[in-house]
Amino acid sequence: MLRYTKTAMLLHWLIALLIICAFTLGVTMVNIHGLSPTKLKYFSWHKWLGCTVFGLACLRLLWRLWHPAPPYPLSMSKLQQLAANGLHGLMYFLIFAVPLSGYFYSLAAGIPVVYLGIVPLPVFIDPNPEWKPILKAVHYTFNVVLLSGFCLHVLAALKHQFIDRDNIFKRILP
Amino acid sequence: MNIFPIPVAMRAGAAFLFALCLASTASASVLKTDTAKSTIGATFKQLNVPVDAKFKKFTAQIDYDAAKPDASKASVDIDITSFDLGDPEYNQEILKKEWFNAAQFPKASFVSTGMKAGAAGSLNVSGKLTIKGKTIDVSFPLNIKKDGNNTVFDGSLPIKRLVFNIGDGEWRDTATVADDVIIKFHVVATP
Repeated sequence: MLRYTKTAMLLHWLIALLIICAFTLGVTMVNIHGLSPTKLKYFSWHKWLGCTVFGLACLRLLWRLWHPAPPYPLSMSKLQQLAANGLHGLMYFLIFAVPLSGYFYSLAAGIPVVYLGIVPLPVFIDPNPEWKPILKAVHYTFNVVLLSGFCLHVLAALKHQFIDRDNIFKRILP
Repeated sequence: MNIFPIPVAMRAGAAFLFALCLASTASASVLKTDTAKSTIGATFKQLNVPVDAKFKKFTAQIDYDAAKPDASKASVDIDITSFDLGDPEYNQEILKKEWFNAAQFPKASFVSTGMKAGAAGSLNVSGKLTIKGKTIDVSFPLNIKKDGNNTVFDGSLPIKRLVFNIGDGEWRDTATVADDVIIKFHVVATP
């Protein structure tokens, strides 16, 4: 079984971990009622995580362009391969789209992002009360799709490991 | 029945004098402020992120004569409940006791106590700033420029929020919300 490169594995697991943290923090922080220092900190940490995911996603895409994924086993039907590629493509889109939608939502809300509280990141748009609810809905929707995609991704991995027993999971294991 | 006819004349005279004084004050130069074009805002940092907020309702009274700048006077009244952070939920939070305590202190105000002409059409303004029931002496430079018939007053005044107990309790931690706040104002006055 051909495997992914070590770099691709590292980026896969690191991005997965950071997305789980950012997602959990995001759900937690929006459920804190009112205003508190903890809430403000969570919002900032959430944004820093999102920016990190975005940066790593850029690196990962570049790496992927020069290092194609290992081929699927022959036991997988064309349809299965198409579905797998489709889901991977969607997840790739979302690891960019989720942080970007959040970033623009924050800008529209008039709160620029200062990465790690040190580096002010570019302000592409002015505060905009009309775009704010739209971008909020977009960020939310992308996250729901990402969560669904994540669940499918994990279920597919489990199916391959325990039902098909095709060892495909090994491709991404260091 | 009035048994002292003379004081009536005196009272009339006093009233006339008073009216004269009033007229002369009015003819000085209390400017009309154009609240639609004027803005008063505050900039602060939360976790090092600069955030701009504004007061949507205020009145500014400026008595300014370019020929006698040192005789100028200014007073500003700000409706605290009009503070806008860009989010309705936060705007409500900020009116609570640990922040502005708007129920008890619905207004902030500034009243000038002295003016000194500075460089290039600017004025050094001293005065009393009252927020959340606490008054302190402040001074800041005020830039004045003509824009057609209008006079535009621009300035900024750095303050420390904790001096006024704005953000009390757990909010006293300045690592979350910095102590430094800059009040910025842009007042457009029509003749």
